[in-house]
Amino acid sequence: MTAVSNLTVDLPAGVVGLVGANGAGKSTLIKILLGLMPPTSGTASILGFDCLTDGLAIREVVGYMPESECLPLDVAATEFLVHMARMSGLPANIARERAADTLRHVGLYEERYRPIGGYSTGMKQRVKLAQALVHDPQLVFLDEPTNGLDPAGRDEMLGLIARISADFGISVVVTSHLLGELERISDHIVVIEGGVLQRSTSTADATRLSGALLVEVTDQADAVMARLRERGAKVAASAASGTFAVEMSDEAVPSWVVTVVADLGVGLVRLQRRRHHLAEIFQTEADAAPQEVQS
Amino acid sequence: MTTTPGDAVNDSVIHDIGFRHYDGPRLGRGWAFRSLLLETLRGAFGLGRPAKVKIMPWVLVGIFTVPAVVIVAVTIFTKLDSLPISYTAYPVAMSLIVSLFLAGRAPYAVSRDLRDGIMPLYLSRPIKRQDYVYAKFLGLALAVFIFIATPITVLLVGSLLATFPVGHEVWTWLGGMLMAAVLACLITSISLVLASFTKRRGLGVAAVLATLVLASGFANVLVSVVDMKSSRTNGSFFAVLDPYLLVDTLSGAWLGVDRYNGPSQPIGAVETLFFTAALVVLVGGMLAILLRRFRKVGGV
Repeated sequence: MTAVSNLTVDLPAGVVGLVGANGAGKSTLIKILLGLMPPTSGTASILGFDCLTDGLAIREVVGYMPESECLPLDVAATEFLVHMARMSGLPANIARERAADTLRHVGLYEERYRPIGGYSTGMKQRVKLAQALVHDPQLVFLDEPTNGLDPAGRDEMLGLIARISADFGISVVVTSHLLGELERISDHIVVIEGGVLQRSTSTADATRLSGALLVEVTDQADAVMARLRERGAKVAASAASGTFAVEMSDEAVPSWVVTVVADLGVGLVRLQRRRHHLAEIFQTEADAAPQEVQS
Repeated sequence: MTTTPGDAVNDSVIHDIGFRHYDGPRLGRGWAFRSLLLETLRGAFGLGRPAKVKIMPWVLVGIFTVPAVVIVAVTIFTKLDSLPISYTAYPVAMSLIVSLFLAGRAPYAVSRDLRDGIMPLYLSRPIKRQDYVYAKFLGLALAVFIFIATPITVLLVGSLLATFPVGHEVWTWLGGMLMAAVLACLITSISLVLASFTKRRGLGVAAVLATLVLASGFANVLVSVVDMKSSRTNGSFFAVLDPYLLVDTLSGAWLGVDRYNGPSQPIGAVETLFFTAALVVLVGGMLAILLRRFRKVGGV
């Protein structure tokens, strides 16, 4: 069985979203990178370690949150985290300290002294995340961390993942079969399908290329558009009156809009960054028709 | 997250010190192995677990130790000139309690990990797959050894209180410790294999208890029947079918102490070799099966 074939990809630091349908080979890729499964051919290296030979060294400085249920139900979260920290090689007193700290960072407070069996799905996901972070890894693999969570829980989990990279300074590789949720937090998106790389793009690139501003004014839309064109902006009118789009050809475009609107003394109803939805990466031809995208 | 109290009267503030990084030593594979072994040992006695997990092991420790205390009391007050039971025979005489302890603790050590799917977490730590098997085995074997050694040590204390010759008592007690370790390794390996084939703890408990108790009864009957029919001690070879009888026979063969069971004549060199080989093959075979069992667990 081939789960991943001819996959050549460089994963940069920051949050990397690994997207693919179930069975696309995301989990297999993670297992190869953790040094748990040798690839039949080819090489893989992570943080400068060779995945074929340095498995033990890799697993000392990498965290892993599996997709599956993986928590003992009759043990309190603190006890469990102390044990997992020790399993990662931390001395006993440090393990105890970091277990409490890490649980606090993922948002578990008093409940951490109760057995995990009584936790909600959201709390269990937090404990799973905490055990991947407790030993202060340089990189964490999070396999479908939002699985089974309700929309509010998803948002909180995604917020936490963004913090891991931004505030904790730990690189993240996060998988999901939902592209939409990963584009919100990822710096880089890798799409695999059937074990084959489809696309590897920086989200910053993707949004810069296709970024546009959706502008809505109360009055004199034509005059505003004319003045923006004078400044060299590409402007596209839309069917709705008073609404038009300006291409983000320059970082200063939003301030141009504000200046023009102020000069003409009209009301600005909407100034919205219209991000090219990353789902469109799948399309070979970008859809030229203006479309509304929720940001 | 900074928690600021709403009113100015209470000026206690919890400061978020942010995520702290760790750049101290990482102790690696050996330490992780030791931690897993210790965790298994603690788990066997319910330490760090809710109260209901503690009940069974400690009740059994009590049941297993009380007879030793009674024996000591009787020995001292009736002024016997030696202990009525040898250090090596005690766990064999009380084999049902030892089996009950194993039946509870072996599934607790492995079936739970299988059921809760914890293997991927261990595998993502700096250990190798076989480390898990050896740590679980040694951790539980150590727990069983402590379990068995406790009443044996009570017997030693009693014999010293009864002012029996110190040298002789300590020496035979050391023999008892050795055989307790051998017995612990043997029955732990068998029990872990049985428990590792089911995620359901109840099934594991039943399998371990049934196997140990049935093997015991079966082997004892065979040994007695064949011994009655034959003038020689051919029947004692069947002792290999029962871990307790096997270790009891080895006590006689290696240490020359009184056996709990079986004929009292000395054991020949051939038999000694046979039983020693049987012990090695059994423990080695069980560990091999365990390693094989865990080769694919964890979805990798």
